[in-house]
Amino acid sequence: MATGKDFLVGVFDDEEVLIHAVSKIKNHGIKIHEVYSPFPIHGIDDVMGHKPSNLPIAAFIFGMTGTILALTMQIWMLGIDWPMNIGGKPYIPLPAFIPVTFELTVLISALGMTGTFFIISNLTPWTTPTIFDKRSTNDKFIMAIDLSKNTEGSGSITQALKESGASEVNSKTLES
Amino acid sequence: MHYNSPVRPPLVTGGKTLADVTADVSRPVENTPSKSWVVALIASLVVFSFGFYCVFETVWTGIGVWGLNKTVGWAWDITNFVWWIGIGHAGTLISAILLLFRQKWRNSINRAAEAMTIFAVLAAATFPILHMGRPWVGYWPLPLPNTYGSLWPNFNSPLLWDVFAISTYFTVSLVFWYLGLIPDFATIRDYTTNKWRKKIYGALSCGWTGSSKTWSRYEAVSLVLAGLSTPLVLSVHTIVSFDFATSVVPGWHTTIFPPYFVAGAIFSGFAMVLTLMLIARVLFKLEDYITIEHVESMNKIIVLTGSIVGIAYITEFFIAWYSGVQYESYAFVNRATGPYWWAYWSMMTCNVISPQLFWIRGIRRSILWTFILSIIVNIGMWFERFVIIATSLHRDYLPSSWAMFYPTLYDVGDYMFSFGLFFTLFLLFCKFFPVINMFEVKTIIKTDSAKKGDHK
Repeated sequence: MATGKDFLVGVFDDEEVLIHAVSKIKNHGIKIHEVYSPFPIHGIDDVMGHKPSNLPIAAFIFGMTGTILALTMQIWMLGIDWPMNIGGKPYIPLPAFIPVTFELTVLISALGMTGTFFIISNLTPWTTPTIFDKRSTNDKFIMAIDLSKNTEGSGSITQALKESGASEVNSKTLES
Repeated sequence: MHYNSPVRPPLVTGGKTLADVTADVSRPVENTPSKSWVVALIASLVVFSFGFYCVFETVWTGIGVWGLNKTVGWAWDITNFVWWIGIGHAGTLISAILLLFRQKWRNSINRAAEAMTIFAVLAAATFPILHMGRPWVGYWPLPLPNTYGSLWPNFNSPLLWDVFAISTYFTVSLVFWYLGLIPDFATIRDYTTNKWRKKIYGALSCGWTGSSKTWSRYEAVSLVLAGLSTPLVLSVHTIVSFDFATSVVPGWHTTIFPPYFVAGAIFSGFAMVLTLMLIARVLFKLEDYITIEHVESMNKIIVLTGSIVGIAYITEFFIAWYSGVQYESYAFVNRATGPYWWAYWSMMTCNVISPQLFWIRGIRRSILWTFILSIIVNIGMWFERFVIIATSLHRDYLPSSWAMFYPTLYDVGDYMFSFGLFFTLFLLFCKFFPVINMFEVKTIIKTDSAKKGDHK
């Protein structure tokens, strides 16, 4: 892909219009590349066909790792590696280990889940964002359509975008 | 799909559009700072510098420069620590607990409140580190392999639990805060015309585009983080209260401490949020975003938590008598009538009596009253910690060990250091970061317009 990819960019003024537009465009048999918005739109997941994220499951797995690590660490350190007689109390007092176990569960769960989110969403300080329209982080709702993945021509897609409520339709070529 | 309660007034006034929100919130970032901001920054840097000198002396000479003695071995340092940690709790309450309860009024105050949490935890952390006496070995509480055995830290100690609780709390709050900032950094990146700001906010925004797939994951992450932060924030002050409650000192050895400390923390935290926000909304012209409705909602929480704290004080007294333990009874009678009676009654007046004024709607909705009472509440909460800590210690079991605590210049100066640090960081935050969570405020604007039916 030396020349780059051609996109059609539909600009919408309102997220309600955009949600209906997504369904309408899909009914035309046009494939949507992605939708960009300044804030999360409720109900967009269903029309775009996004499955619920598995990140909460990741959080649970990281959390369990934290629990096991914390308990193993405390039991090994105070119970096995260097048992100390503290006022004749048991070497492995489980209730006293709970606070640290809880904190490490939360810590590893939060860091692990957020870290996973950053990696799978490719969010790093050196990521160059693909911006179809600068106003998509301000007040506009953007629908990008990849022309190379659609059989219909740009004329009929522009028509479909306008009919479904887009206030502007621009074309954009991404360098690749 | 849109829920909007008909009895509630709009959360954002002035008929703002989405673009207005971006322009209003980005204004401090884009413009040269105002004179009042510069004056405030210089004032806090002066306080910070004096505090830094005192901290330097404390570390150089040792904590003997404080007014501590053999009887009162804990005083201002731990008072300040608990006070600052408590203040931080309001930020997490607003960002996590109110998110789970879907309280939309939180949207315009959560960013600043979370920033306050982070800076308050930093201010708090200076005190245990200073009290270690040798801050350069401050990493010793961590379970790191060492040449003494390895000799491991004692996981039975509430002070060690505190190390884990505070550092987890700080890290998770920072992650939550930064995650919320990413979409707003991207907004500034795309909005600004300055080349350097574009680069810096571009790096900070991590290449955020606002695609629907990322938003979908983002919302899942936020919800789980809120779910994790809620028990976390309750655990932090619970563990702080264990520093006292697990001891056998009369006046500290109290099972009511965890809920009572958590309520007190939220109480003082909301007071600090109000103090800061009432100033910030005027300095940065945010009156349309932080409205009287927000102030009133926060004041209602202050009445609630203040009353819980009041009931806890009375319950402690009752249990001291009902338990029949003479040491316990003495500790409490001595608190109210002994040499520290003035501290006890300052606490009672500021924390129990003054917030009850918020039952009156006019006072709850008055900026001036709210500002004065928010400061009174924080003075009261400082006295609460001082009363618990110093008065429980100053009458030892042997009358020959009885003593009083007199603060020195360095006790005061180290406290000023934490103030200087806190306000300097907060002012820098107000200038360089979006003070209001733009993307969340934009969602409530949309909800409002949807109700009016003018969205087509």
